[in-house]
Amino acid sequence: MDDLQCDGLTKRFGNFTAVNDVSFAVPSGSFFSILGPSGCGKTTLMRMIAGFENPSKGDIKIKGNSVLATPPNKRNVKMVFQHLALFPMMNVGENIAYGLRCRGEPKADIAHKVAAVLERIGLPGVEEKEVAQLSGGQKQRIAIARCMVLEPDVLLLDEPLGALDLKLRERMKIELKLLQHQFDTTFLYITHDQSEALVMSDNVAVMNAGRFEQIGTPQELYHSPASGFVAGFVGDTNRWKGRVVSIADGAAKVQTAAGEIVAAASGEDVAEGVEVDVFVRPEAIELGVPENGNSLRGKVDSLLFNGANSRILVRIADGELIEVNYPVMDGGGGLSAGDDVEIGWARERGRCFAAAR
Amino acid sequence: MFRSDASKLSLILLMTPFVLWIGLLIVLPQLGIGYISLREKVGPREYELGLANYIDFINEPIYWNTLLRTAWMSILVTALALLVGFPVAYYIAKIAQQRSRAALFLLCLIPLWVSDLVRAFGWIVLLRETGVVSGMLQTAGLISGPVELLYNDVTVVIGLVYTVVLFMIVPLFSTLDGMDNSLLEAGYNLGGSRVTVFRRIVVPYAMPGIVAGCIITFMLTAGSYLTPILLGGKNSSWFTEQIYDQFITRYNWESGATFGVLLLGFTSFVVWLGLRLTGQSLANTVAKE
Ligand SMILES: Nc1ncnc2c1ncn2[C@@H]1O[C@H](COP(=O)(O)OP(=O)(O)O)[C@@H](O)[C@H]1O
Ligand SMILES: [Mg+2]
Repeated sequence: MDDLQCDGLTKRFGNFTAVNDVSFAVPSGSFFSILGPSGCGKTTLMRMIAGFENPSKGDIKIKGNSVLATPPNKRNVKMVFQHLALFPMMNVGENIAYGLRCRGEPKADIAHKVAAVLERIGLPGVEEKEVAQLSGGQKQRIAIARCMVLEPDVLLLDEPLGALDLKLRERMKIELKLLQHQFDTTFLYITHDQSEALVMSDNVAVMNAGRFEQIGTPQELYHSPASGFVAGFVGDTNRWKGRVVSIADGAAKVQTAAGEIVAAASGEDVAEGVEVDVFVRPEAIELGVPENGNSLRGKVDSLLFNGANSRILVRIADGELIEVNYPVMDGGGGLSAGDDVEIGWARERGRCFAAAR
Repeated sequence: MFRSDASKLSLILLMTPFVLWIGLLIVLPQLGIGYISLREKVGPREYELGLANYIDFINEPIYWNTLLRTAWMSILVTALALLVGFPVAYYIAKIAQQRSRAALFLLCLIPLWVSDLVRAFGWIVLLRETGVVSGMLQTAGLISGPVELLYNDVTVVIGLVYTVVLFMIVPLFSTLDGMDNSLLEAGYNLGGSRVTVFRRIVVPYAMPGIVAGCIITFMLTAGSYLTPILLGGKNSSWFTEQIYDQFITRYNWESGATFGVLLLGFTSFVVWLGLRLTGQSLANTVAKE
């Protein structure tokens, strides 16, 4: 059973199309993310689901029933706003009780439910505090509790971690995922940060210029991106421009400024003579020449130490910088800037997509 | 060291005109008025300190009836101004397009460019027996003879609301303008109806503006002179008219000063009472932020 389903959803502002023919379904109890760069229409999509914008076309179903005719205050989807929108003139308890009071629940039940939800988010007994007295992470959790106390079918979150500092963001990522498990509610999460989407989600939709480019699990997006945009946006990657020389068995021979390489041809429009972008992830590239792989020569430009994510920046013949996996665990091999190196990767680890015109 | 000296100097420079203004134009005259009000005339050019002027006031029902009437009508005008001003401020701050907002706001301020007197005469031109409205009603055949629309309480109230409503709109607009739209949307999203969102979110948020607007309008109305006199005529029974009368017509400065003190005291009391009754305080509304 899908908690939320959108069919061919489109939104036009004048003759600008903010959301273009978007269809997806979110299974019950799952964590679904929409990942895309700023301005690609994520908020507009979410506002349509919440009922604040009317779709120009398409349908929205919640628990199987179309909600197009339902006003925002009657839809059982709750929203955590980008800047949280906690009511400043109410204290924490009143903020959380607001929705319950709107429903007209009895006073005793309300107090009980508020206390219970505060307990669940790990902030028991803060009812009397003013919103301004809370820290960023606490506000975050209160905003979620304010929605969850109403037991929504779907919880919408619009870049809720955007306003937090980096350290707190890392912690809240994990905490959000735990909260979702705990409440066992469907989360629809919007973000422009691919690491947030990859870490937390069961499924991710990658959005670009109003359209969904691909929907899949984080692993699928990472390992088999459906388009150049997805390959470039999800995870770190190196990118070269080139032209296809020949294709055989789904492997394209591509002429780049740095030399000829072979990469998996992805997408139908990769053909002989087509301009393409070649994508290879840094962790696929290693020092040395693998058997039956691609290889390039270059000079070490600099070493970027970052624990397990350490990188070697190698400048290849045409002057481009390439990020290469830096095996710090093995001691790094005594490299230093200026060394001549040869780098290589297995052919199937690179893929090429027709370049966007 | 230099920094703190410089900032001290600039503080002094900034504060001086303000302090001079408050001191010379408000505090000093008020003290003078207060002093005069306590003088009893016992003979030509002979005075004693005492409360006789106040006792005279209490013993003359016309006087305190006028004061009460002025206060009541000012409260009415304030309430009407709030009723009229709130939707206007809300529309400009929250509903109008971003582009037209500044223009609409300026439009609200235009009447301020014309003096009170001219505006009051505008009403007279419209409403007198031989005026525009009367003429139009006759042409339309709704009335048979000319009607006098001036010199009644309704006209005075309408005229006053028109004069002061701007001072209600401006503070309301600025608080509402500072309100994030997502608060309203959160209000609906969590299940609130229009009424609930208005009552539990918009009004509490706008409270500082409402309080500031009400205080300004009330004080302005109670202290206004031109509009009630010109639109209400001789029988308008406005308290400022009594004060004018004592000072200018009767040349009874002691009594006029007493009335002045009473007007200030009474209107301040009404404001205080209003704040108490609505559970607001100056500190957490007007002085907030
Ligand atoms: N009410 C509106 N009127 C006109 N254009 C809008 C409106 N709301 C959003 N847009 C446009 O739609 C595009 C997508 O906006 P948005 O959904 O907020 O993007 P995101 O949340 O992905 O950053 C933007 O280019 C924005 O300018
Ligand atoms: Mg957005």
